[in-house]
Amino acid sequence: MGVYILKRVGSVIPILLLAILLLTAMIHLSPVDPAEAYLSAAHIQPTEEVLAQKRAEFGLDQSFLTQYVTTVARLARFDFGTSYVSGKPVLDEVILRLPATLQLATTSLFLAIIVSIPLGFLAGIRKNGFFDHLSRVIAFIGASIPSFWLGYLLIFFFAVQLDLLPVGGIGSPSHVILPAITLALPLIALYTRLLRTSVIETMREPYVQFARTRGIRETVILGKHVLRVAIPPMITGLGMNLGKLLTGTIIVETVFSWPGFGRYFIEAIFDRDMPIIQGYVFLAALLFIGSSLLVDLLQLAIDPRIARKGGNRR
Amino acid sequence: MNVPLGRPRLLDRLSNQRLILIGCSVFLGLLFLAALAAPWLAPHDPYLVNLAVKLQDPSWTYPLGTDHLGRCTLSRLLYGARVSLGFAVLIFASSLLIGLLIGTLAGYIGGWVDQLLMRFCDGVMAFPSLILVLGLVGIFGPGLKQVIIALMLVQWVYYARMFRGLVMTLKEKNFIAAARVNGSSHWKIFRMHLLPNILPPLLVIGTLEMGWAIMDISAMSFLGLGVQSPGAEWGAMIHEGKSYIRTNPELMIYPGVMIMLVIASFNLLGESLSERFGMNK
Repeated sequence: MGVYILKRVGSVIPILLLAILLLTAMIHLSPVDPAEAYLSAAHIQPTEEVLAQKRAEFGLDQSFLTQYVTTVARLARFDFGTSYVSGKPVLDEVILRLPATLQLATTSLFLAIIVSIPLGFLAGIRKNGFFDHLSRVIAFIGASIPSFWLGYLLIFFFAVQLDLLPVGGIGSPSHVILPAITLALPLIALYTRLLRTSVIETMREPYVQFARTRGIRETVILGKHVLRVAIPPMITGLGMNLGKLLTGTIIVETVFSWPGFGRYFIEAIFDRDMPIIQGYVFLAALLFIGSSLLVDLLQLAIDPRIARKGGNRR
Repeated sequence: MNVPLGRPRLLDRLSNQRLILIGCSVFLGLLFLAALAAPWLAPHDPYLVNLAVKLQDPSWTYPLGTDHLGRCTLSRLLYGARVSLGFAVLIFASSLLIGLLIGTLAGYIGGWVDQLLMRFCDGVMAFPSLILVLGLVGIFGPGLKQVIIALMLVQWVYYARMFRGLVMTLKEKNFIAAARVNGSSHWKIFRMHLLPNILPPLLVIGTLEMGWAIMDISAMSFLGLGVQSPGAEWGAMIHEGKSYIRTNPELMIYPGVMIMLVIASFNLLGESLSERFGMNK
């Protein structure tokens, strides 16, 4: 088991190196000169002299390989450089906006879990029952509705028409309701379907049928034998979809003027603030890879047989 | 089984699944036609600014009213279908082609070629896909062209993975070995034996992919990174219409309904196709 954990954690490093290679190559290939982007973002008149000086400072005059190695060394120290616009370290800018994004993400994740566990469970134990149909409708809407449009629809009904909730911004707990629902709906759609499938599969297991023949009460069977076994596959889905959650925050934060990390990323794209863009994309990859690692380890904790089987590699 | 006497009614013969399949295909087909025929169908020039008739209610001249610059909403929706559907097809077709080529190559040749290509895919897949697209657009600069290229560059990887897996499992099958033994060329094996087996899953994934592509294009335009201001595109129309949410909510509702209907039809179509091919789980 120890070996398995070590192997799994170790497998992250080459993927991260590859990701950084890709990122460095992208910047290298881009027609946009970071030195020029810096000067225009910082409102400095570009002259040949200043440009050359900036290029040397960013290490753009060095070979691609040197650039790659310095980038890796820099990122390993969590040094993302300084923002072109504000002149502050990227990490400080990120930390400043992280609480808002985390508040939004955790609220909607919580919302998604408390809705989809009962809904998926009820849909799974009674195929084609009321809850199954309900879950199907939600799954369908969740997969088809663009989240930015859903956000505006919610604003239109609950903020403009009914005047119940604020249009956007941050502050009171009521501010988080609409953005959290917008972000949670696609997740609810997904998790409900995942749990439903998992429950249906578990119900077919011989030990569930055996428990029935032993005369154990149905509620005990469902709670102890079905639900407990059906949840781990859902955790996998949860981890695999962290990327979706992250992408979702970008759009939802833009719609609701939520002062988080995602909206800042979009602003940075318009400002050509390269270090912020690079830092965000790298952090997203880190989070994405880290979460899939965490999910694997969590599953190992729930079901130690995985280590013996060599792990379910994706 | 009982043989039914007489001809069953048409509706009975068409099962639910079939009905969905036909309904979605007809809807999407009509939409494609409408997009192609937009210059003839559209009652007005979608870019013609006429402030004298701004924010009008639906009328005979302007069936869906006008926007804040007095442009005909219906015409803009029709032209928007061209952008959304057209570029979705382009992204799908090109990422598919790249993926098919590289995936089959990797799976068929194997060895270090496979290793190299798959490591590249791993690198791309290390990022959440839309964030990589946003990163690419950030590095290369906003614009429709950059968005389309970024979406293609990110999407083909998934096809390459899929085709590689399919080819590798098929390669082991006896009928391929038999074809090789009797001296078929590589190209013939690919065309006669691999391709027919790849097609059904391809059709399903392609249908779903169209939905995603439309969603992503409109999301990028909504963020202001794809189709820029005067351009008629559904996501961009929502972006423009959102300022009028208090007075003229229909400006952002119409394009949203279009996006949702199209994506929903592609999703339904994909699902019923996968059931038809017996690919469900």
